[in-house]
Amino acid sequence: MKRTVFFGALTVASIAAGASAAATLDDVKARGKLNCGVTTGLVGFAAPDANGKWEGFDVDFCRAVAAAVLGDANAVEFVPTTGKTRFTALASGEVDMLARNTTWTLSRDVDLKFDFIGVNYYDGQGFLVSKEMGVSSAKDLDGATVCIQTGTTTELNLADFFRANNISYEPVPIETNAEGQQQYLAGACDTYTTDASGLAATRATFENPSDHVVLPEIISKEPLGPLVRHGDNEWGDIVRWTLNALISAEELGITSANIGELSAAAGDNPEINRMLGTEGNLGEMLGLDADWAKRAIMAGGNYGEVFAKNIGESTPIALARGLNAQWKDGGLIYSPPFR
Amino acid sequence: MTTTTDPHQGQFRLSMLLYDSRYRSMTIQIVALIGFLMLIGWLLSNTAQNLADLGKEPGFSFMFEPAGYDINQRLLDYNSQDSHLRASLMGLLNTLLVAAMGCIAATVIGVIVGVLRLSPNWIVARLSAVYVEGFRNVPVLLWIVFIMAVLIETLPQPSAFRKGEASMSLWDTVAITNRGVYIPEPLFSRSLGDIHLLGSSALRFDVSLDLLALLAVLIAGILTSVLIKRRADVIQEATGERPRTWHLRVGAIVVPFILVLAVLGFYLGYPELKGFNFKGGTHLRNSLIALWLALSLYTGAFIAEIVRSGILAVSKGQTEAAGALGMRPNRTMSLVVLPQALRVIIPPLISNYLNLTKNSSLAIAVGYMDITGTLGGITMNQTGRELETVLLLMLVYLTISLTISAVMNWYNESVKLKER
Repeated sequence: MKRTVFFGALTVASIAAGASAAATLDDVKARGKLNCGVTTGLVGFAAPDANGKWEGFDVDFCRAVAAAVLGDANAVEFVPTTGKTRFTALASGEVDMLARNTTWTLSRDVDLKFDFIGVNYYDGQGFLVSKEMGVSSAKDLDGATVCIQTGTTTELNLADFFRANNISYEPVPIETNAEGQQQYLAGACDTYTTDASGLAATRATFENPSDHVVLPEIISKEPLGPLVRHGDNEWGDIVRWTLNALISAEELGITSANIGELSAAAGDNPEINRMLGTEGNLGEMLGLDADWAKRAIMAGGNYGEVFAKNIGESTPIALARGLNAQWKDGGLIYSPPFR
Repeated sequence: MTTTTDPHQGQFRLSMLLYDSRYRSMTIQIVALIGFLMLIGWLLSNTAQNLADLGKEPGFSFMFEPAGYDINQRLLDYNSQDSHLRASLMGLLNTLLVAAMGCIAATVIGVIVGVLRLSPNWIVARLSAVYVEGFRNVPVLLWIVFIMAVLIETLPQPSAFRKGEASMSLWDTVAITNRGVYIPEPLFSRSLGDIHLLGSSALRFDVSLDLLALLAVLIAGILTSVLIKRRADVIQEATGERPRTWHLRVGAIVVPFILVLAVLGFYLGYPELKGFNFKGGTHLRNSLIALWLALSLYTGAFIAEIVRSGILAVSKGQTEAAGALGMRPNRTMSLVVLPQALRVIIPPLISNYLNLTKNSSLAIAVGYMDITGTLGGITMNQTGRELETVLLLMLVYLTISLTISAVMNWYNESVKLKER
């Protein structure tokens, strides 16, 4: 019995490890579909709509990569992952990339053997409380029951925050955002903590969002970004430069409205020309064709359009650009040049 | 000259390995063994190679690094700066706690329902049948999640107590909230304190001297009670008259116990609403209650069937013969039916205890921090050591299961039919 189980585990581990060693780009092309790990459902970032079609900020990034690599923004298989299952899913090769509000940390980058390809949302951890509790600061939460998603950096930040402030709390570990929402609304926990963007997205789905408030303290830096397996640099480059293309497109004023016109022939701006493939051979260097960036941008628009459509101020989630504005507008969103 | 055809003992030819039935089975076994070993070797080298390619050196040193996360239900002291090993130990104790509570409750439920299902009372028998079929035929995970949802959605929040919408039960001693049940806790005003064992290592634990003292008095009381019974037996043997001893026997246990409680200054600490939550008292979290109830009710349904089959397996003639000898029904049950039924009941009971223990790994569905939640959940996720943590987890469950098996097999040996 013992031996059977042991070898079963080894088999699983070795199959998993075997899968991850192959070249991801070839796998994706052969499959004709991109497997993209997303959340199990966080409105605005990744959630299926009423027709079962996935949409959101992270989903649009998956679609942009699929469009760049495969030429079809819909050739994506969305794999819902929890905070706990996401890394195993990526390491085992079940997904080709993860676009799932994942915080870039040293240990994940180095020890877990992943490559974060950039930051697509600068976030921080906050606390959601009901207004009637009369709490105005996270430091007033002494003795509170806190709902927290397990296997996240927020879980560790929470422990650090309460320890640093010498106050106590009772953690209620939960698996998914939906569970957290259910427990929080039923009053099984006093506060729900996760990334402030996630809290805003969760709050937007409440019956009475105005009864709840996100406390002013942001207790951590949470740079969220897509990630791929360490070691397959060719694939990592493609995903990284797809993100950079979306960011540069906003900076350079390329939108889904004018991209057809701009990519028809070489224009005045050499960087736009290089990016859209009317000049130079950047696409070829990545192992793709010349139109890769054009397709990526056409999939859902540039970074600003994707932001505005899914989580921007006109949506129920109503997140301001803040740190996520372009560097020219005082934010941190910045892409290396296309050259 | 003899013409006997003795087998050629000395002459061994290679073909005999295949064609001689004396050697053939040996050959097959050796070939199979070599194949099996090669398979293992391939698996091991493949795993090692792939881990090396990923740059992940297998090792267990991560277990000694600070865990960094908090655990709500801690049976020993623990904080987020303790190591992953200590966090795993907390999880292990939580697993053992819910498994032990579950096994006891499932046995009680199972025995009662199993007997009731044989009741001549039609309604009672049918109700028991409905319970058994209802719980046996629905996955236990659904029961766990369902009970948790009922607890969370129907019970009052702590804030409802402040507003006066809800009040404490049992003369203000028990608070039932949707975060769990707070019951009074035993406290000692003249406590003897604790002894700290194993210093500050990951496996350190405290032993309460009060508890030790109480246990010692209890055991001494029981021994005295046994001595009183022996004396009564001797007197009965000699004179045929059995002296009344029950008051002495009860007194020998209860009086010293109460005396020690009084010396230690025993009192109950009641839960009190302070800040966001109730403080004081023992907090039974609803994750524990949901998991415990679901596991006990689910396994109890199986045990009920085992008990019923065990009782039915004892021939009716045995009961009737006991009746003909003039035994009363309760003595018939304890002296004739149960000893024989236990032989049928215990072996399947073992596997149900094992199932309950293994099913407790579904705890994560309600956020109960068992060993699957700590070692196999958060630790695995924060350290990325999937292979090591899963191997450790399997080893832990294997050890628990084998221990339960060993204990129950030993008990089975003591009740099974002694053939001489």
